[in-house]
Amino acid sequence: MLTNLHNNKRLQLLLGLLFGFCFGFLLQKGRVCDYETIMGQLLLQDFTVLKVMLTAIVTGMVGVYAMRGKGWVKLHKQAGSLGTNIPGSLIFGIGFGMLGYCPGTSVGAFAHGALDALVGGIIGIMIGAGLYAAVYPKLKERILKIGDFGDKTLIDVLPVRNPWSVIFSVAAVIVLILIVLEKMGL
Amino acid sequence: MNTMIDVLRDPTWSPYVVGVGIGFLSWLTFLLSDHALGISTAFSKTAGMIEKAIRGPKVAKKLYYQENKLGIDWGWMLVIGVFIGALVSARISGTFQLEWVPSMWEEAFGSNILVRLAVAVIGGICIGFGARWGCGCTSGHGISGTMQLLLGSWLSAACFFIGGVGVAMLMYRIL
Repeated sequence: MLTNLHNNKRLQLLLGLLFGFCFGFLLQKGRVCDYETIMGQLLLQDFTVLKVMLTAIVTGMVGVYAMRGKGWVKLHKQAGSLGTNIPGSLIFGIGFGMLGYCPGTSVGAFAHGALDALVGGIIGIMIGAGLYAAVYPKLKERILKIGDFGDKTLIDVLPVRNPWSVIFSVAAVIVLILIVLEKMGL
Repeated sequence: MNTMIDVLRDPTWSPYVVGVGIGFLSWLTFLLSDHALGISTAFSKTAGMIEKAIRGPKVAKKLYYQENKLGIDWGWMLVIGVFIGALVSARISGTFQLEWVPSMWEEAFGSNILVRLAVAVIGGICIGFGARWGCGCTSGHGISGTMQLLLGSWLSAACFFIGGVGVAMLMYRIL
């Protein structure tokens, strides 16, 4: 659906800018571009970041799978492997704790005047990404293929007929976690 | 009308409102742009384009940039949009403030700018390197991949927090 719109390159660049505007506006209003909010989450004192992420996941999941059921959208699945997701994301996590911002929130934090987010975040992340491009051929051969599990989703690996039983179960678990967080006053 | 302006000026929205908003935004990116929200690819492309401007066209021949073509695309414009949106948000709510060292950092580790920047740059390099190695960041895996129930994204999101919580606890509780 909407293939003409998707193929209109200029309009898509404009849409990207517009969607980014909304994303940045929301991240800032949620206070998740603040060093204190992110470190509060990583120190398990302030659960704002997790609340934003889990709410976005539930909302997005229900809508995206409903639209997919109607054939309006296709999923954007990425293949994974133990050698890709575990070491890469652990290194990311270590950096996340040191910097106190992730890539998107670095941009958002610089936009409210955080200069450590410019130097460490925006410039540092680009240096790291550039270094990765230099070592990529060696990693690709040796490590990235280890434990390859493809682009499987939770629906693919569970023995269920109706995907919505998985979707509603995940939604129920997430809502339960959010209720528990509120009850605990976190 | 006044209440609408008050809402836009409010510096802090409920995390649930923001989360639902980001969820709705994902519906629109899937439907209208055939894309999922993701940030870190744009950093990689920018790094490659800067390196190419300095060292010449051979940079684009690197295997990584052959598989992930350099250039300005939807995801790159998305990041420019994030900056403008976050800037407008901070400006209208009066939270814009130039600052080198966050106050929470200053209370724990002092006001030395170079110490803060050294840790921030090392952290940023790890983030950039790890985001490319793991094929995604807190947006691409943490929100977009998890909402599609991708196993790899849930694994990555868990690793982001394991690494992040571990380092934060080490820095603020032990050191």
